[in-house]
Amino acid sequence: MAIATRYEVVVGLEVHAQVLTQSKMFCWCSTDYLVAPPNANTCPVCLGLPGSLPVINRRAVEATIRTALALNCEIPEFSKFDRKNYFYPDLPKGYQISQYDLPFSRNGHLEFEVKGEPRRAGITRVHLEEDTGKLQHEGAIEDAQSSLVNFNRAGVPLMEIVSEPDLRSADEAREYVVRLRAILQYIGVNNGDMESGQLRCDANVSLRPVGQTEFGTKVEVKNMNSFRAIHRAIEYEVERQTEVLESGGRLVQETRGWNDARGLTVSQRTKEFAEDYRYFPEPDLPPLEVSRKWVAEIRSTLPELPAARRERLIATLGLSPYDASVLTSSKPTAEYFEETVRLGAPAKGAANWILGDFSRLLNADRKEIQDASIKPAHLQQLIALIDSGVISGKMAKQTFEAMYRASDPEPALTAAKGSSQISGDAELAGIVDQVIAENEKTVADFKAGKEQALKFLIGQGMKLSKGRANPQRLEALLREKVS
Amino acid sequence: MKLFQRTIRDLHQMLLDREISSVEVTESVLGQIDAVGEKTKAYLLVTRELALRQAKAADDRLRAKRDVKPLTGIPIALKDVLCVKDVVSTAGSKILKGFTPPYSATVVDRLESEGAVFLGKTNCDEFAMGSSNENSGYWPVHNPWDLDRVPGGSSGGSAAAVASGEAIAALGSDTGGSIRQPAALTGTVGMKPTYGRVSRYGLIAFASSLDQIGPMTRDVVDAALLLQAIAGHDPRDSTSSQKPVPDYLSTLERGVKGMRLGVPREYFVAGMEPAVEQAINDAIKLLEQQGALIEEVSLPHSDVALPAYYIIAPAEASSNLARYDGVRYGYQAEGAKNLIEEYMLTRQQGFGAEVKRRIMLGTYALSSGYYDAYYLQAQKVRTLIIEDFKRAFEKVDALLGATSPTVAFPLGAKTQDPVAMYLNDIITIPANLGNVCGISVPCGLADGLPIGLQIIAPGFREETMLQVAFAFKAAADFRKLQSPLMKAAA
Repeated sequence: MAIATRYEVVVGLEVHAQVLTQSKMFCWCSTDYLVAPPNANTCPVCLGLPGSLPVINRRAVEATIRTALALNCEIPEFSKFDRKNYFYPDLPKGYQISQYDLPFSRNGHLEFEVKGEPRRAGITRVHLEEDTGKLQHEGAIEDAQSSLVNFNRAGVPLMEIVSEPDLRSADEAREYVVRLRAILQYIGVNNGDMESGQLRCDANVSLRPVGQTEFGTKVEVKNMNSFRAIHRAIEYEVERQTEVLESGGRLVQETRGWNDARGLTVSQRTKEFAEDYRYFPEPDLPPLEVSRKWVAEIRSTLPELPAARRERLIATLGLSPYDASVLTSSKPTAEYFEETVRLGAPAKGAANWILGDFSRLLNADRKEIQDASIKPAHLQQLIALIDSGVISGKMAKQTFEAMYRASDPEPALTAAKGSSQISGDAELAGIVDQVIAENEKTVADFKAGKEQALKFLIGQGMKLSKGRANPQRLEALLREKVS
Repeated sequence: MKLFQRTIRDLHQMLLDREISSVEVTESVLGQIDAVGEKTKAYLLVTRELALRQAKAADDRLRAKRDVKPLTGIPIALKDVLCVKDVVSTAGSKILKGFTPPYSATVVDRLESEGAVFLGKTNCDEFAMGSSNENSGYWPVHNPWDLDRVPGGSSGGSAAAVASGEAIAALGSDTGGSIRQPAALTGTVGMKPTYGRVSRYGLIAFASSLDQIGPMTRDVVDAALLLQAIAGHDPRDSTSSQKPVPDYLSTLERGVKGMRLGVPREYFVAGMEPAVEQAINDAIKLLEQQGALIEEVSLPHSDVALPAYYIIAPAEASSNLARYDGVRYGYQAEGAKNLIEEYMLTRQQGFGAEVKRRIMLGTYALSSGYYDAYYLQAQKVRTLIIEDFKRAFEKVDALLGATSPTVAFPLGAKTQDPVAMYLNDIITIPANLGNVCGISVPCGLADGLPIGLQIIAPGFREETMLQVAFAFKAAADFRKLQSPLMKAAA
C-alpha cells in the first residue's frame, strides 16, 4: 500500500478490566450482574442514595497493585481516589469514584511479539474506579420510548490500564491486548471475557506523516468486544483517516463507535468542547498509604507470568517461539499443555494437537480448553498411540474428533487401541521369527536362564509391530518358540 | 415544672425512679408541639405514632431494668438531614419531597439502640445551606424568643424545638456553624464535635469534608450524654476516627482552675454587636474568676477562613448534590421532552435559590482552568488555618469567643444579601476548616435575645471543651435563660 508509507499509525489503548472480587468496590453487594435479576445486587451505597458513604474494598486495591506489578509499574506510596463528575442515568451519584493525579501505579511496560519481532509498549498507569450501571433501551436507542437502568453493575471494581501511544499498527494493538489479557488471567484478577464486557478496550487512533514527531488529531474508538473487532476497527480507522487526509480534509477530535456488523466506525460525539469532569479529591475516602511491606507481600504472590513461562517452554521443551507464544497467551491452554507433557507426551506433538485440531474445534464451538471433555491424559494416550504406530495420523484425527464430540472420550480411545491390534497367531508368528533371528545373543541368554531377556524380546516384538501386537499373545508365542 | 421543660439528666433519674414513664414525657413534649408548633414551625414532620411506640418500648425496658441507658425513653428531635428508615427525610428540600430512605443513619441507629424516642424531623435550611433557616424548601422557622426573628441555621428547627420545649434534645449538623450559631441565637447548647468523631453515614451530605453531626441540648451535661451515645468509629464511614471515645461525664466537673484559655483577638470581628462583645468579655471574666488563666492569642488566618469555606463547601456540594436528578428518587419534573431537559427542569424546580447559587459557585471553582486558583488555593488556606489552631493550642487548652457576632435578626433582614448572611458564620467556620471541636453555650441576653459563648478545643478533645462549658454553666445562672414560649407553659 502506497499510503502506508506516507503515514505512521499511532495507537494508544485504554483497557477496562473488571476485577474479580466477590463484593463491589465500595459496598458489600455481590458483583454478579450477569445472572442476577435486575437491581437485585444493589444497596444504598451503590444506588447513591442520600447519606450513603463508600468504603474501599481492599481486595480490589490489591488486585490493582498486583496487575501493576505484573506490568512492571512503579507503585507510589501515596494514592487517593477522586471524583469524576458528569451526569448520566447509569451513574447513580452523578460522579464516578476514580483516580486522577495519584493513581495506584505508573510507568510500566508490556512486552509482546508481532510476527516474531519483539515489541514493547509503555503503560502510563493502572488505576482503579467503579463501574457504572447499565441502560436497557426499549428498542433502538435513537427512537426508544423508554429506557431502564440496571444498577447491578454499578460499583463493580474496574481497573483502567492505559498504554502510551506506542502501538504502530492494528496487529500490534491486537497482540498487546492478547498479552495483556493473558497476564490478567494468569494473575487471577480478570476472567478475560470480552464478549460480556468484563474486559473492554478503547483505542486512540491517529496518523502522522512519517518522520513527524508531533501527534496527529486523535480519534477515540469504542465498543470493540473481541480481538478481531479491535483489529478490524483500527484497520478501518486508519483507512478512513488516511482517506480524509489524502483528500485534503481535516480530522476532528471525536469519539467513534465500532459497528461490528457493518464493519465501520460511527461518530458518537465530537470533542470540540472538551468535557470538564471537574475532578477533585473524594472527600468521603481518606487518602491511602501503600506500604512497601504490602507491595512486597503482593509481589511475593505473583505467579509465573506468560513471558517467563514462554521463555521456559522454549528453553526446557524446545518449543518454537511462535508455539510457545500462542500456548502461553491463555493460562488454561498453557496449563493444559504442560500437564499433557508431564504425563509423557512429547512437547512438539502436544503443541501441534493443542494449537491445531483442538483449537479449531474449540473455536468453532466458542469453547474454552478447560471446558472440553478431552483431558490432558486422553490427549497424551492418543499421542502415544500415534507415536507407537498403533494408529495412523489420519485415524488419529478421526479418533480425536470422536473423543472431542463425546461427553466421555474413553470409548473412542479404547476403540482406537483395539481396532488395530494384532492378536492372530499367524500374523504374530512372523514377528516372533524375525525377533529371534535378529537377537541370537539375547535368545541364548534366555535359554541360559536369564528371565529378563524375554522382556527385551517382547519389547523388540512390540517395536516391530509398531505397538500393535497383543502383548500377552506375543509373550506366549515367544516363550513357546525359544523354550 | 412541666416534663418537657426538663433536661435529659433530670428525666433519666425520674424514669429510673419510676416517678414518671417515657410515655408521659413523650406526651408532654408532643403536647408542647401541639401548643406552639404552629408558632415556631420547628418540625417538618412529627412522628407521633413512632414516638409513642418507642416510648412504650422504652417503658418496658425501664420496667424490666434491662439495658437501661441515659437516653432510654428520652424524646429527641432529628434534623431532617438525617436519614431515618421508613420516615420521610428531605434535608429540607423539595427535591427530596416524600423521599423515604430504606435505612437509618448510624447516629439514628445508635440512639435507637439506646432506647431514645424520635419526635420527628426538624426543619432546616435546604441541604443545611444557610444561617437563618429561611432557605428551607418548606417554610421558615421562628425563634421561640421572638417569633419575628430567625432561629439561626441551618439547624434552626432543632434549635427552636429544644428552646421551645418541643424536644428535650435534638441532633443537628454543623458544616460551618450550623449547630453552634442557631444554639447561640436560641439560648441553647450546641456542639460540633471534631470531624471524624461522629459517623456521617446516613447524613444527607452538604460538604463531606466539613459536615459533622452533633448534639443540641439545654444543658452541658445533656450535650455530653448525647455525644457519648453517638460518638465512635463506624465501619460504614471511612472518615470516622478509630480513636477511643473517652467517658465525657467523668471529667465534666473538674473545673477550669489552672486551665489556660486563649482569646483569639481576630474573633472580635468588625460588625460585632456591642452587647455581644460585652457578654463575651463578662463570660471570660467569670471563667477567670473560676481560676482559669486567660491569655490573648492570635489565629492570623481567620480572615480568609470565610472565603476559603465558600470555595470548599460549595465545591463539594456541587458534586454531592449531582445525584438529585429525578431519575431514581425524589422530585421529578413533568413534561420533559428528553433526558437533558428532565435533568434541567427537575433541578430548576426542585432546588431553592441558595442551593442553586452554591452549586454554581462550586461548579465554577472546580472547573478546568479555575481549579488551581480557587479549590487548590482554598485547600492551602485550610492548611494554614489548621496550623493556626495547632500553634494556639501549644499555648492554651481551649479558646473562647463569641459564636455569632450578632443576636437573632428579624426574618427577611438578610435574605436579599447573601454575603451579609454568610458573615453570620465568620467565627464558627474556622473550627470546621481547622478540624477542631466547638461548642456554644448561652452567656446572657441582649434586649431579651440570647448570646452564645463559643468554646473551641483541639481535635478529639471534646472532654476539655465540655469541662470548660460545664464550669461556665455552673458559675453563670442558666435557669433564667428560658425562651418565652417555654416559660409561658410553666
